[in-house]
Amino acid sequence: MSAILPPAATNWWKESIGKQELIFIVLALVWSLFMFFFMIYWHINGRQNLSNEKYKTTAAMFSAKAEQMVKQYQVRTETETQIPVVKPPVGSDVYLIARMWNWWPILELEAGKPYKLHISSMDLLHGFSLQPVNINIEVVPGYEHVIKLTPEKAGIYSLVCNEFCGIGHHTMLGRIYVK
Amino acid sequence: MMTTTYRTCPRTGLQFDTQAESLMRFNAVAAVLSMVMGGLTAVLVALTRWPAIKLLPADQFYQVLTLHGVNMLLFWIIFFEIAVLYFCSSTLLRCRLATPRIAWLGFALMVIGAITTNVAIFQGGSTVMFTAYVPMMAQPHFYLGLILFAVGALLGCFIFLGTLVVAKNERTYEGSIPLVTFGALTACIIAIFTIASGAIILIPTFLWSVGYIKEIDAQMYRLVFWAMGHSSQQINVAAHVSVWYAVAAIAFGAKPLSEKVSRSAFLLYILFLQLASAHHLLADPGVSSEWKVLNTSYFMYFAVLASMIHGFTVPGAIEAAQREKGYTHGLFEWLRKAPWGNPVFSGTFISLVGFGFLGGISGVVLGAEQLNLLMHNTYYVPGHFHATVVIGTTLAFMALTYFLIPALFKRELILPGVAKFQPYIFGLSMYVMTLVMMGAGTLGVSRRHWDMAFAGAPFQYEWPGAAYLMMGIAGLAGVVAVVGGVLWVLLVVGSLLFGKKLEEGEFSARPTILRMPVASSLSAHGGAVSHHVPGTMVLGSVLLVAFVLYYFVNWKYLSEVWPMA
Ligand code: HEM
Ligand SMILES: [Cu+2]
Ligand SMILES: [Cu+2]
Repeated sequence: MSAILPPAATNWWKESIGKQELIFIVLALVWSLFMFFFMIYWHINGRQNLSNEKYKTTAAMFSAKAEQMVKQYQVRTETETQIPVVKPPVGSDVYLIARMWNWWPILELEAGKPYKLHISSMDLLHGFSLQPVNINIEVVPGYEHVIKLTPEKAGIYSLVCNEFCGIGHHTMLGRIYVK
Repeated sequence: MMTTTYRTCPRTGLQFDTQAESLMRFNAVAAVLSMVMGGLTAVLVALTRWPAIKLLPADQFYQVLTLHGVNMLLFWIIFFEIAVLYFCSSTLLRCRLATPRIAWLGFALMVIGAITTNVAIFQGGSTVMFTAYVPMMAQPHFYLGLILFAVGALLGCFIFLGTLVVAKNERTYEGSIPLVTFGALTACIIAIFTIASGAIILIPTFLWSVGYIKEIDAQMYRLVFWAMGHSSQQINVAAHVSVWYAVAAIAFGAKPLSEKVSRSAFLLYILFLQLASAHHLLADPGVSSEWKVLNTSYFMYFAVLASMIHGFTVPGAIEAAQREKGYTHGLFEWLRKAPWGNPVFSGTFISLVGFGFLGGISGVVLGAEQLNLLMHNTYYVPGHFHATVVIGTTLAFMALTYFLIPALFKRELILPGVAKFQPYIFGLSMYVMTLVMMGAGTLGVSRRHWDMAFAGAPFQYEWPGAAYLMMGIAGLAGVVAVVGGVLWVLLVVGSLLFGKKLEEGEFSARPTILRMPVASSLSAHGGAVSHHVPGTMVLGSVLLVAFVLYYFVNWKYLSEVWPMA
């Protein structure tokens, strides 16, 4: 009789399906499959895909690599707290630390050139949110995530932290220069 | 066995086991109280994220946001769902509730758990959001409360299953269980899976907070947490879809276009929904792309397919029922002549349309592996899930309550003139709020973020003016939505306290069996249902077209961000 009563026909599984219902189901099915294969297609032909390169790490191991890079390629410091500005060679491995509540160091990259950006956190989860480009990636302590990135346009970019990381969360703003 | 009696409601003909009836009432009242907590905190959250107002200081904002998430998403929804489970088993099958004593124990655990966690958050020191990601640590009793609550809810699930068994053994119905009960069964099975995942992660986290375990891997936590956190959203979907079917049946006498199709769609939920943990890990380092693609799509979007099917069959059933009553003019007379002044119907329909167009489409876009890069952790995310869990689930539950007040609580609804407008106020302001939240998120604005001006940061970043505008509109619409929520609470509580007492109906010692003119041949059935639903076909097509367009707009947008390959 109705949806709150047992089905009237005891052999309801043999009922035929209405034509319009069937057409809609087929359309929805085709669309579902299309969307599934589109993600795979984008892995093959799209230019925006997270790489699968990642390593288990520790805060000590990762910060050692970042400090090493800073020592080698620092060009100046900025702000009252003397955050180093680093200009790593094109195509090199670039290390970026997230911690409560800053991004370290400041990066200076060349437009149109590829880099391998390694990110990890020293303490809690943080959120890598590159603005105004709008690329958003989770930063997980204990994991070193390698992201291939080609900054396309010169400009001053900001790194917002968009994973809640405590009371100073809203002050966690970093910087990337693209020249 | 506790002895019980059965009351036959003179208004609806439903038959209530008195034990089940009081359990339903207590669970519903606990749900409403959680909603009060959630609503109070909602207005504070909305006013703080409104850039021109920025009501609370940062520490209080995060604390209040933790309260909001926990009380709304966990306590309000799950208390109500337990009541729905008891209704769909004991009441719809006209059978006694299995082991009511244990059901009361479950309820007590849930109440104690909810209070404990709320106290922990109020004390400070547990401002970790409802997600409680490690290694950010809360007080031990924060986790303990959640564990108790989960165990209580688990007992409720087992009571539901036990009641189905009782009904079957005592032959209180004939044939198969009703579609709505089948939907509730789906919700229950998913719930058991999710609560188990919740236990797997919350118990070690509790032990970690008291010092027995040294470390919990942050990525592993996210994986298992979301096996609970996202799958439990599928409980909500299964539950509110069941409510939609129930309301279509109650308000229109509508029967499913096809039992087979609707039940298979529920089955798809059970088969594939557990995979949804991936939705939260698409921008994470710890899992591979292959895993992400397979899981985020619920294995080729079969669960999304199921939701699209329900989105078609519910209005389709209504259309068929209306056409049978003679509303056959044009494509949409059946819809125009629907009882728009009845909040049970209007709430359900606003829920259905909003869930499909706003919640459903945005969810699939957000859950496409690469598109997630554009919106992960932005305001788009709460925008999306307020369209699912507020417009979809909460509004459907609100609508159902208008039916339950006379049927279950035996009271006449007070202020019917206000009730008429409540679903519109709440639902439509939520439409606006979720839209502009998603808009601001598309521009990159972060969720769970106290200050979009970044006061105290070493640098400056200026969000586009449109983002500020949309955050302002979201705040305003949020306040209106809270007004809609307050009205609902007042109507419910007011009716329970002051509504005219209605006749209770007959009591009897045994249930009357749900015997119906069962037609064993298909012809009797097939003749009664019309499959002619052109209006629904048009609505469904509009949904698909909107879906396809919006999907590709986002890929276009993604193709313009910096190459990452
Ligand atoms: C009544 C009107 C409501 C308003 C105005 C409202 C407003 C908001 C806002 C503005 C946020 C985002 C805060 C941020 O990320 O910074 C939020 C978060 C949230 N809301 Fe609501 N909400 C309402 C109702 C609900 C309901 C009914 C539910 C659940 C059924 C709900 C569940 C949540 C959850 C789970 C979060 C996420 C909390 C977190 O990020 O930890 N809300 N709400
Ligand atoms: Cu951070
Ligand atoms: Cu943060």
